[in-house]
Amino acid sequence: MKMKRNRTGYYIKEGFSSIFTHGFMSFASVCIIIAFLIIMGSFVLLSANINDLIGVLEDENVVLAIIDENLSDEEARGIETQILRIPNVSTAEFIHRQDALYSFIGRHENPNIFSDIDYTVTRHRFVVYVHNVELIAQTQDDLLGVQGVARVNANLQVAQGLVTFRRVVNVISVVIIAVLLSISLFIMTNTIKLATFERREEIAIMRMVGATNSFIRWPFVYEGFILGGSGALAAFASLWALYRLVATRVVTFEAGFVSVIPFANVSLPLFVVFVAIGLGVGAGGSGIALNKYLKV
Amino acid sequence: MIRMTDVFKVYGNGTKALKGVSFTLDTGRFAFLVGPSGSGKSTIIKLLTGEVAPTEGEIIVNGYDMNTIKMRKLPFLRRTLGVIFQDFRLIDEKTVYENVAFAMRAVSVTNKEIRQRVPYVLELVGLEDKAKSKPPELSGGEQQRVAVARALVNNPSLIIADEPTGNLDPARSLEIFTLLQKINQLGTTVLVVTHEKALVDKLHERVVAIDGGRIISDGVDGYYNYEDEEKQNRILH
Repeated sequence: MKMKRNRTGYYIKEGFSSIFTHGFMSFASVCIIIAFLIIMGSFVLLSANINDLIGVLEDENVVLAIIDENLSDEEARGIETQILRIPNVSTAEFIHRQDALYSFIGRHENPNIFSDIDYTVTRHRFVVYVHNVELIAQTQDDLLGVQGVARVNANLQVAQGLVTFRRVVNVISVVIIAVLLSISLFIMTNTIKLATFERREEIAIMRMVGATNSFIRWPFVYEGFILGGSGALAAFASLWALYRLVATRVVTFEAGFVSVIPFANVSLPLFVVFVAIGLGVGAGGSGIALNKYLKV
Repeated sequence: MIRMTDVFKVYGNGTKALKGVSFTLDTGRFAFLVGPSGSGKSTIIKLLTGEVAPTEGEIIVNGYDMNTIKMRKLPFLRRTLGVIFQDFRLIDEKTVYENVAFAMRAVSVTNKEIRQRVPYVLELVGLEDKAKSKPPELSGGEQQRVAVARALVNNPSLIIADEPTGNLDPARSLEIFTLLQKINQLGTTVLVVTHEKALVDKLHERVVAIDGGRIISDGVDGYYNYEDEEKQNRILH
């Protein structure tokens, strides 16, 4: 007798029909995957937005290294080499004390009251830009260690607050993802277990007539793929809608202060991760159930 | 073809099911295997289908050595067998046609061949007009004929029937046995495990009797070849 080479169509058909024989458990599996992925995706998007904010701060957040007043102009400029050797320093811009005074006066509402002040009352300084705002406290210490640097001014509060918040979000994300992943796998395993139980007579007949192990098992793996994949697609669409809604609200009420990353910027990697996790949970749940409950 | 040579089977709990069984069923032949409950008949069927392995001795089924066969080769051995059970083991939700076609799909036969082969075997067992019925709508005899059709559909070289008439009245039982004889005449080897004394007597086929895990007689023309009639009665009832 002629044998089929491509059985994928049969496996998919059997996978689909099996889903509807235990509709409630299938529905529960898809729902838990949707919940899991939406929660995970929300944390990912929150984290991405915090990272974006931190990135802006890294661009804007500068450290001022005030130079010892006893150093000459040339000696003060010469410190730049040592400052640039500090690992977290990106660039350092020298500000002559005269320019510093002009800048100070320029920012004042009534500049005329400073007309008699000599520029020697101010000091030379470097505006130092950093690579990583998380290391700003260490950079401050490193700058103070440079000979000729008298004082360092850095605004740590906002940057470090955001960094701490990001860490908290990351920790919570990992814990929630681990718990939800376990629950999803558990429910998927039970769904496939139920499927094997409901089809036990068919399985016995298939064994009896000489079906191979893979032929018996693959429909259940496809069932897992279909449930996991459907959950992933539904979760992605829901998260997209939810994010657009939230982003619109944030921009409306907080315009000019907080910017939100457009969903399109993260949609592709998020989609790939969702589908990979959905299929992974489906395949993992099927694998556990088949190894545990389907001895062929 | 079946060849069992000095086969012993001891289960994990210490039960000695077979104690040196030897018999051969050549290609194209027919035989009844008879014996009381617990005599070892079921163990022989399990050994022939590869569900359990022998403790000692040699078993060859359709060219496969059951002592050394690998798990991944078992499905290919089973494709050379057609097994029929007392309880029919049909899928109630599928039609007669689908039940038979299911056995072909399970071994990945093409749809074209399924469409050609299933009507042929349904006609062979006299169920061509019941193709669209579901098992609960059929009589016991008809259900068993569906099981026979399913066993036949993949063109096996050996049919093993385990108490195929256990749930049927005498008239229907005779129909099934006659059908199995007809299948045998078409060239398929047939081994039937049964308790039907009157029918075994009527069909004048080879009868292998087993008791206490040993073959106690092997007659070529029905059970009346046995010397001890009292024992024959005990075996066949």
